Amino acid sequence: MYTGKLRQVLLITDGCSNQGEDPIAMAALAKEQGITVNVIGVMEHDVIDEKGMTEIEGIAASGGGVSQIVYAEALSQTVQMVTRKAMNQTIQGVVNRELQQILGRSKTMEDLPPEKRGEVMEIVDELGETVDLEVLILVDTSASMKTKLPTVKEALLDLSLSLNARTGENLFSVYAFPGKRADVEKLLDWTPNLQSLTSIFSKLSTGGITPTGPALRAALSSFNQKPSLRSLLASDDESYFEESM
Amino acid sequence: MMNHTLKNPCKVSPGTIIKGKWHGNQYTIIKELGFGANGVVYLAKGRNGQVALKMSTNGMSITSEVNVLKSFAKVQGTPTLGPSLLDVDDWEVNRSKISFYVMDYLQGIDFLSFIEQKGKSWMPILILQLLNDLANLHDNGWVFGDLKPENLIVTGPPPKIRCIDVGGTTVRGRAIKEFTEFYDRGYWGLGSRKAEPSYDLFAVAMIMINTAYPKRFKKTIGGLKQLTEAICQKPELTKFNKVMIKALQGHYSTAIQMRTELLAQLTQPKQDDRKQPSAVPITKKSNKSAKSSPPLSRQHYRKTKKRKGWMDFFVILAFLGALYGFYIFTKLL
Repeated sequence: MYTGKLRQVLLITDGCSNQGEDPIAMAALAKEQGITVNVIGVMEHDVIDEKGMTEIEGIAASGGGVSQIVYAEALSQTVQMVTRKAMNQTIQGVVNRELQQILGRSKTMEDLPPEKRGEVMEIVDELGETVDLEVLILVDTSASMKTKLPTVKEALLDLSLSLNARTGENLFSVYAFPGKRADVEKLLDWTPNLQSLTSIFSKLSTGGITPTGPALRAALSSFNQKPSLRSLLASDDESYFEESM
Repeated sequence: MMNHTLKNPCKVSPGTIIKGKWHGNQYTIIKELGFGANGVVYLAKGRNGQVALKMSTNGMSITSEVNVLKSFAKVQGTPTLGPSLLDVDDWEVNRSKISFYVMDYLQGIDFLSFIEQKGKSWMPILILQLLNDLANLHDNGWVFGDLKPENLIVTGPPPKIRCIDVGGTTVRGRAIKEFTEFYDRGYWGLGSRKAEPSYDLFAVAMIMINTAYPKRFKKTIGGLKQLTEAICQKPELTKFNKVMIKALQGHYSTAIQMRTELLAQLTQPKQDDRKQPSAVPITKKSNKSAKSSPPLSRQHYRKTKKRKGWMDFFVILAFLGALYGFYIFTKLL
């Protein structure tokens, strides 16, 4: 039935973009390529203003994903919840399309009687466990994010812990924006494990503008590059190490 | 995005009549019992008396929980795993559709309040009951997942612990569906989020800690160190430190193992308790020096050590194999 992999962008930001293309349009572009865009807005003591809020919701809506505004402390729980939820949404979308083909136009899972729904749900659960997943994490490192970055790092490590408990394969990639020279800077190439983030994050400098739109566009292109052979081998070795725990 | 707008339809006032679309049963809402991330639970009046009714606009999570409850019902002679499922249906209101399911109403007090009222001596007894139920659950291919005091109530008399929220219950071997940080071994850096019995047993040890620290605590240094220190500071916990620390480290592969050792600790002659200073720094050293430790457990210790040796051997073997494979692979290229 469904053999592809799920592709997601996870955008972590604390406010409004202020340069370049409209991020909402870029999210729509992602959706056209079959990539879901999720957004998490992080607050600390400050509150995200109306404009930022609208943008966050807008990006997720046009990117076919989930958005959530949270306080920094609740970030870990939220990051994994949002990723999961978006995965399930995508899988349900696929299952619903299959159902429509079998049962006719306007039928979705919700229109089935509760007994049948349970059986379909088992398939959704099964897929959520076994499907391969690629998550591109896009972190806003503008000045206001500085104090929140350690929490972001923790949350991302936690995310890889949650997702790596699944049977399906996971690949993560991390980008920060604004980059030193360009709009966006690659911190970590496709890898099954986010452990190496720890050292990278401590060196990260913050500051400058918030080019959310251009960063999204640049990040999207990395989905089309195949993960290198080396990262595949690395994943092999990794699983051996895990046995020793 | 959705959370704000969707929360409201599930908030219904007492007296509201919920009528199912598929099965046509009617329920009158009496009061709210509680709410979580996935919906609201109400006390309601059905045709045959009081029931608990859980509703959510997220039909998926309702369906998922119903699947779990249904599979519990198939297990013979174990009415204790969770509440039994009575009805599943959709309620159509204001052109939106709310999924709900109906289960037994288990009347009781929540776990922490019960211990506060009846005394700390009840804690290990309830934990023994819980471990029995968990063993049963694990044997049937499930892991509870989101195990925490809020999901446990004590019914009775006679007092009996019951699990009430199956939202986090996961098929063994999959990734844990739902968890709460304080009770999650991944949060403390002490293991994966794979649904296996040891995941639940870690949470059991954390629940025991929670009884001595009702307000819980935050992760500072994390890991085993912070948790063992927390145990050491409370005399009511130090009695069980051996069992608790083993559970925290994931050394028990079944709930029954943990139960047996906890029971042994409880039924030990009193004087042994007094001999042990109440605040021993617990490390391997104290394990060895403790006079009260029966020979059986020492043997067990050696056994695990031996097993670990074999594990190491295989890991090294696998690693060398992988390296050799890689070498051949590059040569072929």
